[in-house]
Amino acid sequence: MALKVQSPKLSFWERIYVAEVFRGLGVTLKHLAKNTVQQDAMPTYQYPEEKKPLAVRHRSRHRLTVRENGAPKCVACMCCETACPAHCIHIVAEESDEVWIEKRAKIFEIDLLRCVFCGYCVEACPEDAIRMDTDEVVLVGERREDFIVDREFLMRGQGEEWKQGRPAEGPSPRQGEIEAPPATPSDDEGWEAGAPRTPIKIPAGWRTPSKEV
Amino acid sequence: MPPAAELAISAGRAVLVWGLQLSMIPLMIWFERKVSAYIADRTGPNRANVLGIRMAGFIHNIADVLKLLMKEDITPAGVHRFYFLIAPFIAMMISLMTFAVVPFADTLQIGDHAIRMQALNLNVGILWVFAIASFGVFGIIFAGYGANNKYSILGGLRASAQMISYELSLSLSIIGLIMMFGTLDLNAIAQQQGEFWGPTLQLGFLTLGLPKWGFIIQPVGAILFMTAVIAETNRNPFDLPEAESEIVGYHVEYSSVKFALFFMAEYVNILVASAVTVTLFFGGWQVPFVPTESLITHANTVVLVLLAKIAILSILLILPARKWHRTLQRLYTDKRKHEANFWTAVLGLQALACLGGLAFFAASPLDGTGSSVAAAVIQFLTFCGKLTFFGFAFVWVRWTLPRFRYDQLMGLGWKGMLPLAIANLFITAILVLLFDL
Ligand code: SF4
Ligand code: SF4
Repeated sequence: MALKVQSPKLSFWERIYVAEVFRGLGVTLKHLAKNTVQQDAMPTYQYPEEKKPLAVRHRSRHRLTVRENGAPKCVACMCCETACPAHCIHIVAEESDEVWIEKRAKIFEIDLLRCVFCGYCVEACPEDAIRMDTDEVVLVGERREDFIVDREFLMRGQGEEWKQGRPAEGPSPRQGEIEAPPATPSDDEGWEAGAPRTPIKIPAGWRTPSKEV
Repeated sequence: MPPAAELAISAGRAVLVWGLQLSMIPLMIWFERKVSAYIADRTGPNRANVLGIRMAGFIHNIADVLKLLMKEDITPAGVHRFYFLIAPFIAMMISLMTFAVVPFADTLQIGDHAIRMQALNLNVGILWVFAIASFGVFGIIFAGYGANNKYSILGGLRASAQMISYELSLSLSIIGLIMMFGTLDLNAIAQQQGEFWGPTLQLGFLTLGLPKWGFIIQPVGAILFMTAVIAETNRNPFDLPEAESEIVGYHVEYSSVKFALFFMAEYVNILVASAVTVTLFFGGWQVPFVPTESLITHANTVVLVLLAKIAILSILLILPARKWHRTLQRLYTDKRKHEANFWTAVLGLQALACLGGLAFFAASPLDGTGSSVAAAVIQFLTFCGKLTFFGFAFVWVRWTLPRFRYDQLMGLGWKGMLPLAIANLFITAILVLLFDL
């Protein structure tokens, strides 16, 4: 059925258009003058210099919370991986060496390019081990691999610059080539760059997660 | 006058007109960006800078030119090469040619030589404008047809239909004016607009009264003309040929310098339209309330007053400019303070130059040829000022009114403006006959 659109009734002055045009010109001129004189009253945020404050309940890049001894709180229960609608969390569990904790994550990777920032992982976590409160909403990388972040990166805590502390960038892998996995860190090596407040104890034999498992 | 001198004068006038048009283009583009931004409560361009000097986004024009020059110039496969290549040049050339008959100052008397301030001395000036301007549609049609793209051809077809429809009202709207002035010569029309209606009051070099400007003696014609001229230049609210949100327009396939030519042609068209509007309806080069004779006799006084005004204005503007840039500095947290100092220096130097000129002209007053030349310069500047205002008005209108629908456009052209123009013509004709205006 055709929809009957009711046109508004116009008065004579509106119908001859000219007077209304001049009224419109007056309105725009007022805006022009106001914005020229009062620069700082303009609603624009001058972005890179002036950032718009994030909402209290925003969701930004994830982080893994840590215990007092610096180990991740995550117990590798796989709840977040199960809840994730984008299937972008990848966890490999292993046995924990602390008696009161059964498991821990051997590999904990999030593919931020696939993540839809829904926050289901945060809600699913029984241990408060994953949060999305780093305030990092602008994530820039040069390769897709840059966006697959590992456990160490996620543990670096809040408010860190996005790229800080990532493994040094080698030349980007050419097509067909497989990127070599980063070297295995020893106990203290390689942690100076963005070291957390309490150093993380890494048991011997832990491997930095590889990109492809 | 020896032929060499005449040649030099002709070439000089041509270069002046050409230079005026081309140098106004960046200003128009700046208007289009900054004015539109401020009207829409946005900030507009403010990033490109040379040594921290941003000139409120004016530097973006330089970046623009560099970008357009360095872009790859693509000729898509499947275009009609001849039409495709020739279209931007037609568009630009026609726009530049139309300006030639517009007078930019009164006839300059040097000794017993009269130099007409027009690149092209034609006594049918207004006919030249219409004849050449209607060629402009060829550029658009060629571009639309040649590009072998359905959106382009839609743009080209819309353009041709629109320009043909509005050309009628455009021409009819000024016939009343031509009947009242009794001439087709644009310079004579501008000269006649220096006359006054009714009693006048002499006040120094000012003559107060009701000037016979086109929009006063032909108000309906003026409104019709200005509306039709916006349609002729394909500007909002009649910019259907390149309606960005619908068909993107006739120059969709163009890139690099060829696109730049279309882009510049649009602004030159606006300038031509403003120049013709100014000449026909807003007194041309006439300085308001100062006819040429009194301008020449009082040249020195006028120059002194003008210089003093500019000097005072520059000094008064220094503080607001500094304050403006300090506000911006707080917003941007960058090296804006250079810019505040830069503008202080520029305005200060301008004030100093004006004061110097003031002292010079007070010490050695102008006379004879000097005052004629001074009058011509003042009239030229007045013309440029009016031109700039109307260029601004085009942008202002564009950012005020929404675009017409195509049937509304045709309805307005054929059912609204054409009958009104004819009625205006008849009434004017009867009045001219009855009262011998
Ligand atoms: S925010 Fe949503 S999509 Fe992203 S990792 Fe968590 S559950 Fe997956
Ligand atoms: S839901 Fe929490 S504890 Fe479980 S695997 Fe995910 S992050 Fe670790």
